[in-house]
Parts: sequence; structure tokens; C-alpha cells
Amino acid sequence: MFNRRKMLLWAAASAVLPGLCGSVPAQAEDAVKIGLILPMTGGQASTGKQIDNAIKLYMQQKGDTVAGKKIEIILKDDAAVPDNTKRLAQELIVNDKVNFIAGFGVTPAALAAAPLATQAKIPEVVMAAGTSIITERSPYIVRTSFTLAQSSTIIGDWAVKNGIKKVATLTSDYAPGNDALTFFKQHFTAGGGEIVEEVKVPLANPDFAPFLQRMKDAKPDAMFVFVPAGQGGNFMKQYAERGLDKSGIKVIGPGDVMDDDLLNNMGDAALGAVTAHLYSAAHPSQMNKDFVAAYKKAFGNRPGFMAVSGYDGIHLIYEALKKTGGDTNGDKLIEAMKGMKWESPRGPISIDPETRDIVQNIYIRKVEKVDGELYNVEFATFEAVKDSGKTKK
Amino acid sequence: MTALSDVSTHAMASARWRISEVAFWVLALACAFLFPSRYLIMTDIVRLGLFALSLDLILGYAGIVSLGHAAFFGVGAYSAGLLALHGIITEPVIALVAAGLVAAVLGFLTSFLVIRGVDLTRLMVTLGIALLLEALAERFSDITGGTDGLQGIEMQPILGLFAFDMYGKTGLFYSLIVLFILFLLARRVVHSPFGLSLRAIRNNPLRAAAIGVPVNRRLIAIYTLAAFYAGIAGALFTQTTALASLDVFSFERSADLMLVLVIGGTGYLYGGLIGAVVFKMLQEFFQSITPQYWLFWIGLVLVVIVMVGRARIHRWVLFVPNLIIRQFAGRKAVVAAPESDVS
Amino acid sequence: MASILTNLFDGVAYGMLLFVLACGLAVTLGLMNFVNLAHGAFAMAGGYICAVLVNNSGWPFFLALPLAFVGSAAIGIALERTLYRHLYARSHLDQVLFSIGLVFMSVAAVDYIMGSSRVFIKLPAELEGQIDLFGVGIGRYRLMIVVICGLLTLALQLILAKTRFGSRLRAAVDDPRAAIGLGINVPQVFAFTFAFGCGLAGLGGALSAEILGLDPYFPLKFMIYFLIVVTVGGSSSITGPFLASLLLGIADVAGKYYVPKVGPFVIYTVMIVILLWRPNGLFGRTAAR
Repeated sequence: MFNRRKMLLWAAASAVLPGLCGSVPAQAEDAVKIGLILPMTGGQASTGKQIDNAIKLYMQQKGDTVAGKKIEIILKDDAAVPDNTKRLAQELIVNDKVNFIAGFGVTPAALAAAPLATQAKIPEVVMAAGTSIITERSPYIVRTSFTLAQSSTIIGDWAVKNGIKKVATLTSDYAPGNDALTFFKQHFTAGGGEIVEEVKVPLANPDFAPFLQRMKDAKPDAMFVFVPAGQGGNFMKQYAERGLDKSGIKVIGPGDVMDDDLLNNMGDAALGAVTAHLYSAAHPSQMNKDFVAAYKKAFGNRPGFMAVSGYDGIHLIYEALKKTGGDTNGDKLIEAMKGMKWESPRGPISIDPETRDIVQNIYIRKVEKVDGELYNVEFATFEAVKDSGKTKK
Repeated sequence: MTALSDVSTHAMASARWRISEVAFWVLALACAFLFPSRYLIMTDIVRLGLFALSLDLILGYAGIVSLGHAAFFGVGAYSAGLLALHGIITEPVIALVAAGLVAAVLGFLTSFLVIRGVDLTRLMVTLGIALLLEALAERFSDITGGTDGLQGIEMQPILGLFAFDMYGKTGLFYSLIVLFILFLLARRVVHSPFGLSLRAIRNNPLRAAAIGVPVNRRLIAIYTLAAFYAGIAGALFTQTTALASLDVFSFERSADLMLVLVIGGTGYLYGGLIGAVVFKMLQEFFQSITPQYWLFWIGLVLVVIVMVGRARIHRWVLFVPNLIIRQFAGRKAVVAAPESDVS
Repeated sequence: MASILTNLFDGVAYGMLLFVLACGLAVTLGLMNFVNLAHGAFAMAGGYICAVLVNNSGWPFFLALPLAFVGSAAIGIALERTLYRHLYARSHLDQVLFSIGLVFMSVAAVDYIMGSSRVFIKLPAELEGQIDLFGVGIGRYRLMIVVICGLLTLALQLILAKTRFGSRLRAAVDDPRAAIGLGINVPQVFAFTFAFGCGLAGLGGALSAEILGLDPYFPLKFMIYFLIVVTVGGSSSITGPFLASLLLGIADVAGKYYVPKVGPFVIYTVMIVILLWRPNGLFGRTAAR
């Protein structure tokens, strides 16, 4: 017991030195660095991978030089844990001297990085997280994904107009889910609809069966569903298993549940589900067809809405740099991004100069079979929808 | 060791500061000055080290296995966050102690559940408590912010003098000082008769009870103390990152903690600190090489560590330092064998 | 009334599924005294084997299920022979470190090979939907789970209690040295048992893809559930974990249905209360260690 172990202390000390020295950043002249922080491991990994893929695709197509500057992406994995996000963002800003931080798979992660963007005066491009408040947390945040208010309000209005009177809701119990529920409720009940049952599902939830049974017993005309991208498949499978499709309870909701990434594996139960969303892989524009084909070719599966958000995010960065002529001053970049309009695979979109949030078309889609595969086929369009979560104020 | 040698001599001898210990702390401080670009990861390591130290107190010294130590970390984190957010106690140091005390109270209350049962039961009861707290924090989202976590925490300067900066300098030195003070306290505790009685309990609770050690009371005391430490680690987390979100309670945090401590070795206080350094460095290293698949390499390292044997690895690692110390201190080279494990 | 029965049935099916997934762990932990946190990795392997066979190679589902069992068992025996057997005598902390390492490796490897999106197994049409039994909705798929798992449990119980292998295993567990003295090849018995447990996990993994979802993080996500089943059930017999699984399944389903707001509390509270009441699990051997 006396003289053991003390040497371990020496050992530990010698282990620290190389580890800390190892990461002295190499500064390249005339490079624009983008710190991309995404969940690449953990439950949200598929979000991170889609965005990462889309950015790679974009840079393959458009080259990696803009306005005479080379674009360099530094990818970091935060596993969707906000303190990781914050540390990584901080290190990227302080050590790697990045000119943009981008990515952010979940709302807490985007929020954690917000004060850093303000302090460092560099643009934070949010490519996934969808809660309304995010862009209000820093004047340097720009979003290219969506807000849940956009799609939820629209599906609420649509439901009332299309003869759906009683709705049961099933939403994941976290900020985006609660956003979706609140906005849907507002618009749906304002139009005269009635919510007959309201269930919030824990985020980490293995089995939907009991919740679905509750839905079934409530006998609504339709059920409003929001579960995060990735859980939609399980949900639809169990929806079918429970025979809810046969009992005439339709699924409506924001499009997250019908993510293109998973849709084709959900089986025929998904047929007929009506959702409102920003993007469908079946969007009938030439640009989208090319995008889908290129993405499929490069990565072997269909792009989902997260991929499009990443694609547009990097596009926004490219265009802003073009506009400033390669100037990487944060204020100028943000100024350049405000009000920018372009045609994306999802349709025409723009950045609201007031809120720096995205303005986009929201499509009402129905799941149908096209060439033997399931697709969200768009049949109605609401043009240039702003985030009503903010426009209310 | 010579049998039946005087216990107090033994205790005092093992409590003496050694060169390597001094060197450890000097090096830690030197690192803080040498690598100004790495403040954040070092703060992370210090926090994790403190947290692991807390687990070592119960696992290494009292033999209580816990897979739910994040419960106290989380309570500390949220307490510190709420105190700062609502401006109840704005001075970080006082808030830190307050948060630690809140965690200690929880530790005291739950200790009665934990001291019952065998290892596996303890493992699951502690885990269950942490998961319950996580579910509670999620449920009472109007207080805790739910899945979004506490937002808008702004930390006041420490003692009204040192403001937290973006580079994490203040945060690092603050954490390092807190760690050092708490380490001194822990060192004092484990080398005291109280600490010795804990080891007796770990080695054989029945025998300890037979020689008159109040087993349960001692276990409750050390569990409460460990909870206090974990609460402080959690509060440091909130204060240095200005964040508190549900994942402070998560199973992954407790499990990682266990890995950290086992890598470093239990039962000699430095294990957690060393484990924290090694684990974070490995993670950082693999993450920078492959952000997607780093988990694989960490896993491989863990498997290799076990297959080769921790004792052997420690010996290899110590070969060079052993040579050096032989040169300088002129004593017999000391081979660092890891302590006996609690199974 | 009908919904009570439906819930009960769902709970039973869910519990049975947990049992098949976890009973291998009960064996390694309870009988062989090895903390194998990587148990879920074998379940995941089975799930992916089944998914690849059905979706990519067009095998019928019912043919792929046994293959999931065989595949996971093969992986299990390979790992047992090369790695696990060296660790039987090591401390629990070493075993934890090792098996967590394996979990990490398997997670990243599957992520690399199969991608991180959830995988679904294309089911034959006859397993989809619900049958209406006197007004009680019974999911066909869940019915199949109950049947398969029920048969398996019976078979396991019989094997352990009635066959020569069962008695050898029990002997090897109770006193390995005496068992060797009697001419029982203990390492072989252990290896076989380990592989069988892994195979069961694989089968469970294949069955659970539909209900729990299958992605690379499966072993980490469900590790807690497996541990709960084993600790609550006690690990000295098959009956304990079986009843614990059923209890857990029913409590979880009922909790979510009747009190959805406090759903997650139910499982953990039940677990803590049971463990305080009976620290060795419902059917544990009385404190021996």
C-alpha cells in the first residue's frame, strides 16, 4: 500500500503534453473556414449525416473556391449535446479562427452557440434546428431549415377547410414538438376544430403502441402527429399494426413524420397521409430532379429535408461571400444574407431581412405511390410563408 | 507490508506528500499556462476529473458501485443554473457551495436506498434515481426548461473580480482551484481514521462491523460527501459553460464517468484525474481524425486495455518515469500496480 | 373493457420481447457471473442480419428469423472463444470496461456499414394489421411474438430442467471445480451457453425491429432495459427474468396509456421499489456472494 501508483502521476503528465500540443491550428492564407458542428453520433446522427452529405455534394458541384477564396470545412461531432456544441464552437472560433459556424442538429445546440456568435461577430447558419426562438437569440443567426410554426399553422388551416372536425394530437415532448402542437392548436381551433385528445410522447420512446391505442379510443377524424425525423418510420408501422388506417383515422401533421429519408420503408400504411412541409423529394422542378439524382448517385439514398437545408445553408454561405467579394467581416456577411432570394431544390426561398429566418413555400402533400416507391406528392402550395411564431409579435 | 505495524504510522506515512504528487499539480498548473488555446478542453478535463474524484470516494474507498452518479452532477448543475438565472445567489463561489449542498442533501436522502443490497442492486438503484431525476426535470419544464435546458444564464464575475471570458481562461483557473481545494479535502478525508475505516468496510463489511465500525453510518457519510463533490462538479459545469440541459442527468454521463475512473484506477484519488486526462485526450484525438466513427476507436482502446491488462499497461507507461525518478530521487524505483478492484 | 384487454395483450407482447432480448444476459450474468453489457450488440447483429436477408436478398421473413439466431450465435461463439473466455475470472469493472468497449465498436461499425438511419424489415402481409377477437384488437405481429416467445420460454425451461445439458450447466455454475472433476467440459458448456444466449438476443433483435426500431444505437439505448429485467427478476433462474419482463412490459404500456404524463416514471419507480423490497430481485437467491 505504501509506494505504489505514484508513478501514474508522472505518466499522466507525460500523456498530456503531446495531446495538447497536437492541435495547433495551421493558418492558411485566403481561406474561408466554416466550422460545421453536427450530431454525427448518437440518436440524431442521421440528421448530421444528411447535412454533411449535402454540403459535400454542393462543394463537389460548385467547386471549393468562392470569390478567390478557398472554402475549408471543419466538421465536428457534438452528439447533439449542447455543452459539446458550445465547447466546439468556442474552440473553432478561438483556435481555428473560423469565419462561419454552421450546422446545429437540435435547438439546445443552436441556442448554446448563439452567445458565441454574438460575441465573435460571426454568422451562425442554422441548418436543422426548428424552434421559432432561435433566430432571436443572436443578430448573427441565419436559418436555412424551417420553423415548426410554418408547417403546423398551415396544416391546421388546411385541416379545418377540408372537413376535419375532431383531431387527436400526438407530439414528442420537447420544444419543437410543443411548438408544433401550440401553433397547430391555435389555427385549428380558431377555425372551429376540436382537439379531443392530447398526448405528449417522451422523446426517447421505444414503443408507440399504448399512445396509439389512446388515439384509437378517442375516435377522432384525424390525428396530428409530430415526432422527430427518424422516429416517423416506427410510428407509421405501429399505426398500421394497430389498424388505425382501417378505422379511418388519417394522419396529418408537419412533414417530419414523413421524412423522405425513411418514407419508402414505411410500407403502404403511410399511403394517404397528408402533411405540410417545406420539401418533398418528389417536388416537380428540374432543379430538384437533378438534386435528387445527384444525391442518390453519391450516397445511395434519397435526400430528406435535412439534406436540403444543408444544401441551401452552404449555398447561402457561398452567395454571401460572392456578394461581399470574399470579405469575411461578420456584419457584412449577415447584411449580404439578409433578403437573399434563390431557387432551391425545395422551391423559391428567401431570407427574411427582419428576422433572418427562412421564408419558403409550404406544400401540402399526400403520400402516394410513384413508380412503385412511396413519395410525398405535393398538391397545394402556400407561397412565401414566414415564421408565424415571430410575425405574431 | 509489515503485518501489524502501527496503524497511525501507516496512516501518516501514506498521507505524506510525495514528489510525484507535487509534480502532478505543478504540471497541471503549467499546462494551464502553456496551452492558452486549449483552455476549454482543459476545463472540461478538470470538471470530469473532479466528478471522477467524487465517484472514486464511494467506489474506490467504500466499494459502492454507482451507475447514477450523474444524478448529483445534474442536481448541482441545475441548482447553480437556477441560482444564477433567477439572481438568487449571483456570486459564483457561494452559488457553487450552495449547489454542492443541495446535491449533498439529495445524496443523504438517497443514501438510505443505496446502502441496501448487493452490487448489482446498487448499480440499478443509483441508475434508477438518476433516470427518475431526468424524467422529473423533463416533466417540470417550466422550471428546468425541459429538453431545451436552462436558457440565458449569465454568470457574474467570481468574487466580483474575475469575469468569465470567452476564451475560458477564468473558467479554467477557477475550476483548477476548486479542484485543488476539494482534492486536498478528499486527501485529508481518505487518510483520516474515517477513511481507513471505509477501506475496512470495502474489504469486508462483516469484519468491519465486527470490530465496531458503524458500517451504515460511515457509508451514508461518504455517500453524502461524494454527492457534494459531484454537485460541485455539476455546478462548475453550469458556471463555466452557462448551460444546463437534460443530458447532465443522462446515463451516458454516468457510464462515461465509470469508464474514466476504471481507466485511471480506483482507490488512490488520482485515478479519476488521470482517467479524465486520458479519456478526454483519446476522445479529442479520435474525434479530430474521424468525427463520425471515433466511437469505434475508443471502443477498441477500451478492449485492448482490458485484454492486455491494466496492471501491465500501467507498468509500461511508468517505465520511463520510473527511470527518471530513480535518477533524481535516488530511491528504489516504484512500480505502480493498480489497487485491488472492487468487484 | 376492450381497451384494457388490448393494453394487457400489448404489455404481454412487449414483455415477452424484452424477455427474449434479455434472457441471454440473465444467463451470462446470473449463471456465469459475467457482466456483459455488450449483450444488446448481439441483438442488434441479429436484427441487421434479418433486415439484410429480407430486404436485400429477398428471403422470406420466417426463414430469416432462424438465420438471425444462428448468425448472432456464431458471432457470439467466435467472440467467446477469442475474447470473453479470458475475462471470466477478471473483476467486474474490467468486464464492464471491456463490454462497453465492444458496444462502442459495434455501434460505430454498424453505423459505417449500414448507415445511421433506422432500418425496417419488410414484413409479409399476413403479419400486418390487427385481428378482432370479441371486440379486442389483437395485433398480428404481436400475437406472433407472444407465440414464439412463449414457446421459447417453455423450451428453455425444459432444457434447463430436464436435459443432460441442463444439468451439466447447472452443475458447472454451482461449482465449476467439482463439475470438472466429474468430467464435465466446463469451458465448452459455458461457450455453448453463451452462444445460445447471443442467439436468443439476435432473434429478439430481429423481432424487435418492428416495435422498438433498429438503428446503430440499439445496444446503448436498450442496455438499461435489459439490466432492469435481469436485476428485477433476479438472475438465478429463467422464471425470474420472465416474470420481470412481463411486469415491466405491462407496467410500461399501462403507464403510458392511463397516465401518459408520468409514463417514464412508472418503470423506474417500479424497479426501485422492487429492488428495495427484494434486493436480490424477485426470484433471486438469498444474498450470497
